[in-house]
Amino acid sequence: MFDIVFWVLAVVTVIAALAVVLLRDVFRAALCLVFLFLTVAGVYITLHADFLAVVQILVYVGAISVVIIVGIMLTREMWHGSSSGKLRIPALVVGLLLLGTLVFTAITTQWYTSDVPPLEPTTAAIGVRLFGEGGFLLPVEVTAVLILAAVLGAIVLIREK
Amino acid sequence: MSVGLEHYLILSAVLFCIGLYGVLSKRNAVVILMCVEIMLNAVNITLVAFSRYVVPTLLTGQIFAIFVMAVAAAEAAVGIAIIIAIYRSRGTVDAEKFDLMKW
Repeated sequence: MFDIVFWVLAVVTVIAALAVVLLRDVFRAALCLVFLFLTVAGVYITLHADFLAVVQILVYVGAISVVIIVGIMLTREMWHGSSSGKLRIPALVVGLLLLGTLVFTAITTQWYTSDVPPLEPTTAAIGVRLFGEGGFLLPVEVTAVLILAAVLGAIVLIREK
Repeated sequence: MSVGLEHYLILSAVLFCIGLYGVLSKRNAVVILMCVEIMLNAVNITLVAFSRYVVPTLLTGQIFAIFVMAVAAAEAAVGIAIIIAIYRSRGTVDAEKFDLMKW
């Protein structure tokens, strides 16, 4: 059962990613990207990361996809389509070489895996890890400053002169 | 053969390389940004898979993935703002015509 879910999600995710890259209509590519975000949330669920799946849907499907679609609509370039540039063949070669290297490494390496069953509801455990003793409190604060700076920078960049 | 760590690593490698091909070959800057998001998602799958199969109770990979998501959100906002600013001044989002700093 678990294997079937993984294979279906993996095949649909790869097809959606190929559609984002290969479709000529920019808006349809953006919709395929939203679908890809949803299937990646499903992959997180198969990995027992329930909190991360919900965060994926909130942040990516809810926020980033809206930002990207607004960007497509404000730049009236969608009628030109998403064509490939001069670097298409070198990009294909680089991508295939990297893919071969990564797959070869993933298959031949002896990964040390643990047999301990994973935590089931991860939300409380992630909260303790983030804010508890010896946790990630400083990175959380730095991330808040980073997002504030990014929002202010976006407003300054996009404002009419 | 049941699904294990290698399957997730290969899935994430395939997604990363599709995104890399898109980033290198596309001309529309918004599509390049979308392909960068695919690459970030592939890296997140790797982090969560290692967290699930190597240290199932420590959750370190999931916390890294949360930080990657926060940085990805900031990157998307700033990237779209830069693309719209360039579109206002040059009238195009073709990445091959962004030659302001070339001489």
